[in-house]
Amino acid sequence: MASPASPDNSVIEIRQLTTRFGEHVVHAGLDLVVRRAEILALVGGSGSGKSTLLREIILLQQPESGSIKVLGVDLENISDAAALALRQRWGVMFQSGGLFGSLTIKENIGLPLREHTGLSNALIDEISDWKLAMTGLEPQVGAQYPAELSGGMMKRASLARALALDPELLFLDEPTAGLDPESADEIDQLISKLRALFNLSIVIITHDLDLLWQVSDRVAVLADGKVQGLGSMAELARIDLPAVRKFFDGPRGRAAQPQMADQAHQQTGMT
Amino acid sequence: MTLFPATPAEIARTTPQELVVSGTWTAYGIGQIEAQLKALSAPSGSTLVIDASRIEAFDSVGAWIMEKLRRRLGEESVGIEIQQLRPEFAKLLAVVGQEFILQADTARPDPSWRDNVGRGTVAAFEQGMALLGFIGECTLAFGKCLADPKSFRWRTVLYNIRIAGFDAMPIVGLLSFLLGIVVAYQGADQLRQYGANIFVADLVGLSMLREFAPLITAIIVAGRSGSAYAAQIGTMAVTEEIDAMRTIGIAPLELLVLPKIIAMLIALPLLTVFADVLGVFGGMLMARAQLAVSYVEFLDRFVKTVSVTAYLIGLGKAPVFAAIIVTVGCFQGFRTHGGPDSVGRQTTRSVVQSIFLVIVADALFSVAFSALDL
Repeated sequence: MASPASPDNSVIEIRQLTTRFGEHVVHAGLDLVVRRAEILALVGGSGSGKSTLLREIILLQQPESGSIKVLGVDLENISDAAALALRQRWGVMFQSGGLFGSLTIKENIGLPLREHTGLSNALIDEISDWKLAMTGLEPQVGAQYPAELSGGMMKRASLARALALDPELLFLDEPTAGLDPESADEIDQLISKLRALFNLSIVIITHDLDLLWQVSDRVAVLADGKVQGLGSMAELARIDLPAVRKFFDGPRGRAAQPQMADQAHQQTGMT
Repeated sequence: MTLFPATPAEIARTTPQELVVSGTWTAYGIGQIEAQLKALSAPSGSTLVIDASRIEAFDSVGAWIMEKLRRRLGEESVGIEIQQLRPEFAKLLAVVGQEFILQADTARPDPSWRDNVGRGTVAAFEQGMALLGFIGECTLAFGKCLADPKSFRWRTVLYNIRIAGFDAMPIVGLLSFLLGIVVAYQGADQLRQYGANIFVADLVGLSMLREFAPLITAIIVAGRSGSAYAAQIGTMAVTEEIDAMRTIGIAPLELLVLPKIIAMLIALPLLTVFADVLGVFGGMLMARAQLAVSYVEFLDRFVKTVSVTAYLIGLGKAPVFAAIIVTVGCFQGFRTHGGPDSVGRQTTRSVVQSIFLVIVADALFSVAFSALDL
């Protein structure tokens, strides 16, 4: 994990990114590199531009200036065909699921396969069932509609859909927000397992300190339109910047830290 | 970067005991050989060697298909030996091997037509009962507000009169004006044949005042305000605003439904009068243009033949239509549950049902009035 960020093993390269909403500056010359097969967490207070950054990376929004390269493709002036091809190489799990209300869960998961590949319906159903099981959902959930599911189930189903096309890059927007601790733990484990299995690069937006300590390889702290701190949680814990300290010095930050820090040190020691 | 890879997945049976697989074993590349793999068989008891050294890409779909082949042939007691699969691909295949389960078909079976009829009937009955319940609740709330008129929200009523009544004037006026023109125009030909030109005043006056003005007004308002009520209350139900209101101690019916009903009971008759005026005016214009009946002659005849009863009959229907529109719109709004898409469904339902009920009520009025010789 400690390899330097050369262009070859980076999946996302952001250089001098600037975004403005009217007078409000969201990103002011932001630089960030996501390496292949790492789990990078984006953290920052509300309005620090995490979600905007994610939307710009996944082609939902245009930055004002600066360059974003995803999987080696420059997003500026990207052609429609290239954008379509690129979109099939990543999966996105939206904060509130983004599942289509008019389709069953199984149809939701199978949709990318049905839309973009020539596989038979029977095979797509089998694969959808498997991805559903992989995210820890019961088989009968497949026949239900999104409105019938609980929040945690929606997140899992959304993750299963994001995984349908075996993406190289996975974006998770608040994967554990609004979940009970047990479900959140399961999501933690699921993310680690997926990375090991598919060699995925994962970008997570989160406020969940447990998720940060347990799952992320590196954490990028966003504040004032820039990345203020970048490194593993153990490294960030030693950085003395106000934007970073806020995360560790609040009561929640202190509560998550002590027992987790030991584990994190052990893990880094092992690799 | 093409969507379909340059080298799609291929299989070749070099000898009866050997299979060479190559190409891109991914969701994009494997579609072509799916049928080929299904037809693949080997004599039982033998061992099939799969040379996988030329597989260039392997994703979970490829692994799934490979595992499926292995299981199927395994059941036919054919041994499978996969050779020279790249280690990273083998890891994926091993995981698929552990997690492979063919789910029994969990899809809900398509119901038969008898099922559908039965379910439809039960749902319609249940909805009818719920509507009755809703009307009952509204009546109770109305009684409560009569007992304590000071606590009633008159400002909301005024606001609703403006939204549902005043703001609807242009469209109601325009459409009834056009309707008046159409009625006079259609009648003109027939009347001219008999030289009965002056009867255009009877035709336009009676049909507009008794039937068309109340009906067209009610239909426009049902489409305009009924749908808005259903959507507003439905959205509030989905976002738990209704529950919040109950928790804070505000009765949703008193705040959301009663002011709308009272406002509509005032606004719809007024709109109907407005529609009467513009409809007759449209007919009058047409009478002069097509039948050379002057305004004075038209109005003279109009006053003589069109009785106050005809006007009152038309006007009397308006409050009934108003009650139907608001009740159905709010009722469908309150029945919204689940996700945001159900708001759209309930809104559609509210418009369809309120227009349907308005026309049914109008037909019943016609029957009743003819029985009463009015």
